[in-house]
Amino acid sequence: MSYSLPGFIAAAGKGGPDAAAETAAAAPARSVADVLAESMVEAVLDDIDRELIGLAPVKQRIRDIAALLVIDKLRANQGLAAQAPSLHMCFTGNPGTGKTTVAMRMAEILHRLGYVRKGHLVAVTRDDLVGQYIGHTAPKTREVLNKAMGGVLFIDEAYYLYRPENERDYGQEAIEILLQVMENQRDDLVVILAGYKDRMDTFFASNPGLSSRIAHHLDFPDYAHGELLAIGDRMLADMSYRFGEGARATFGEYLTRRLERPHFANARSVRNALDRMRLRQASRLFADRERALTREDLCTIEAADIRASRVFGGGPT
Amino acid sequence: MMTNPTGRVTQGQFSFLPDLTDAEISLQIEYGLERGYAWSVEYTDDPHPRNTYWEMFGLPLFDLRDAAGVMAVLAECRRVFPTHYIRMLAFDATRGVESIAMSFIVNRPPKEPGFHLERQETDGRSMRYTTRSYASDAPEGERYGAA
Repeated sequence: MSYSLPGFIAAAGKGGPDAAAETAAAAPARSVADVLAESMVEAVLDDIDRELIGLAPVKQRIRDIAALLVIDKLRANQGLAAQAPSLHMCFTGNPGTGKTTVAMRMAEILHRLGYVRKGHLVAVTRDDLVGQYIGHTAPKTREVLNKAMGGVLFIDEAYYLYRPENERDYGQEAIEILLQVMENQRDDLVVILAGYKDRMDTFFASNPGLSSRIAHHLDFPDYAHGELLAIGDRMLADMSYRFGEGARATFGEYLTRRLERPHFANARSVRNALDRMRLRQASRLFADRERALTREDLCTIEAADIRASRVFGGGPT
Repeated sequence: MMTNPTGRVTQGQFSFLPDLTDAEISLQIEYGLERGYAWSVEYTDDPHPRNTYWEMFGLPLFDLRDAAGVMAVLAECRRVFPTHYIRMLAFDATRGVESIAMSFIVNRPPKEPGFHLERQETDGRSMRYTTRSYASDAPEGERYGAA
């Protein structure tokens, strides 16, 4: 089957050392630089480095995988025997450590290198795959798989697919179909499983077939305090807000306290905290009806908006 | 003189051409998907020209991005109905259009005996015509040499 790969638009006149390669557009790429220029994958890698805070081991693994794929491409151009590499992955880590975000970038990288044809991400959970009654699961799983063809299927909290306590659970059926497609239609879609580290390990232990078909295991570390603060800065900037006088320090203090509490979900908790601060800022401004609000007023989160949080043992939320 | 020398049912697109290969079918599907059509697979063993609505195989395939998904359904349909007529339909859901935009046959029985044109003389010198497939005498599921 021949498909056009939209990612493979030759980079226009870069005037590099391989000017010959540009004149002969049909000539297969010989150097790493050629593949990188052709696929423009480096832009995505740089984006990941720049836009994602922390996650150093994950970034390194992504670069390693990208390097492997580029070299595979060059090997294929030389006619060396290259079986389509298994690209199924497993992302483990605590909530809010950026698994979904990285999966989206991964889809982009795979698309640019031509390992998936469309490069979209279909994110699903157990409910989207497993049916309610006999005969419901297979069509449901197939439908999701069909939607993900040409892209990346991201299964969040994949361990819920397998419920050992209920032997009549339909999850096993979904896993079997999944396995079949992961093996037979490797060049049509890439599956990424995600979830907590310990529960994924148990899940793999009870489904050895699944574990052996997953080539790359990426572990997402928790964010450090400084990284969370940087994430908060970036989120606020994206929402066109900024910290007022002393508010950033207060937010740092908030994070220190929040980290000690249970159910801390890393970047997601930061986002939720910021959303609550916006709420309090809005009600603070709302209370003062007569005041003409400047642009500055509308953008600024004051320390008081943060102090009112429940983690300071003060306000109700 | 035979009016249809290939002796094949000609309905929908490409039906005067040699059978499309799987690669060609997926290129057509890809084209439809790019235009935002939803594909579906239909089959029948009664390809009478007035039999507009064939049986749909599974559900219509909305929200697909890649031809591989549609091809998987087609492969399944071919496995279940190897000697039936199977056609691909592309539904254009654009408001105000909401109709079939593409349709072509992708699977045929090995032997297609064609249709008989029956002439009936009625009042005066008027004629009534009716077409009947040579294959449709057998009950559904047993036509075209199906097991």
